[in-house]
Amino acid sequence: MSKTLTFALMDPPFENARSTTAMRLIDLAVKRGLNVNVFAYEGAVYLPFAKQAQHPNAVHGRSLEEENHPLPRAWIAAVMKEAAAKGAKLDWVNCGLCVDERGAGEAIEGVRRGSPADFWKFAEGSDNTLVIGTK
Amino acid sequence: MAKFLLIESRDPFDNNVVARQYDLAVNLVKEGNEVTLFLVQNGVLPARPGAHSALLTATARSGVEVLADDFSLRERGIADNRLVEGVKAASLSVIVDQLANGRKAIWH
Repeated sequence: MSKTLTFALMDPPFENARSTTAMRLIDLAVKRGLNVNVFAYEGAVYLPFAKQAQHPNAVHGRSLEEENHPLPRAWIAAVMKEAAAKGAKLDWVNCGLCVDERGAGEAIEGVRRGSPADFWKFAEGSDNTLVIGTK
Repeated sequence: MAKFLLIESRDPFDNNVVARQYDLAVNLVKEGNEVTLFLVQNGVLPARPGAHSALLTATARSGVEVLADDFSLRERGIADNRLVEGVKAASLSVIVDQLANGRKAIWH
């Protein structure tokens, strides 16, 4: 039986290298065929926000296509797809209260709404848990 | 004997708690535990010879395994063959493997 890791994330997208590192860890875990739970808390509920959009970069004179700005929602969708291909599971739960506070309800497919109780259940049912705190 | 994974993402020039994390790693080893200190993001900066490097080398000499994320090193232009004594470049997958093996992990 495959092992399961849980990650708790708190940082919003586009602000800190922690988000990138967290996605690198989740991607590596999925590549190893591990099941991964993610509990997105506070600003991290915007990581899978469906309305994230690419933009051109006027300062550097690049069009939207040339800029090809990376979007966390696309990273998450890609890792979910990879998990499915590996026969692993990526269960992503957004904290519902955090979502409501921020108006971040429009998440990509595969993300579900939950509460800190889900984080407790994740931790209870996992082989290990890593909390990547904001401070 | 327990096994610990301390992940250090902060730069000691910017955050005073970093030195305390090194200290925690050393003390865990002194108490008979196995400890990996994994440097990532700006946490890799003292792996380049500089003002804070001596503390990192002392941490390694005490028996802590000190690893630096190869991707974070490349991002910052730090050559992995010019790291301070006691620090080795490593893939982030070390963290995933150690987590999967049940290491007690702390992110800072």
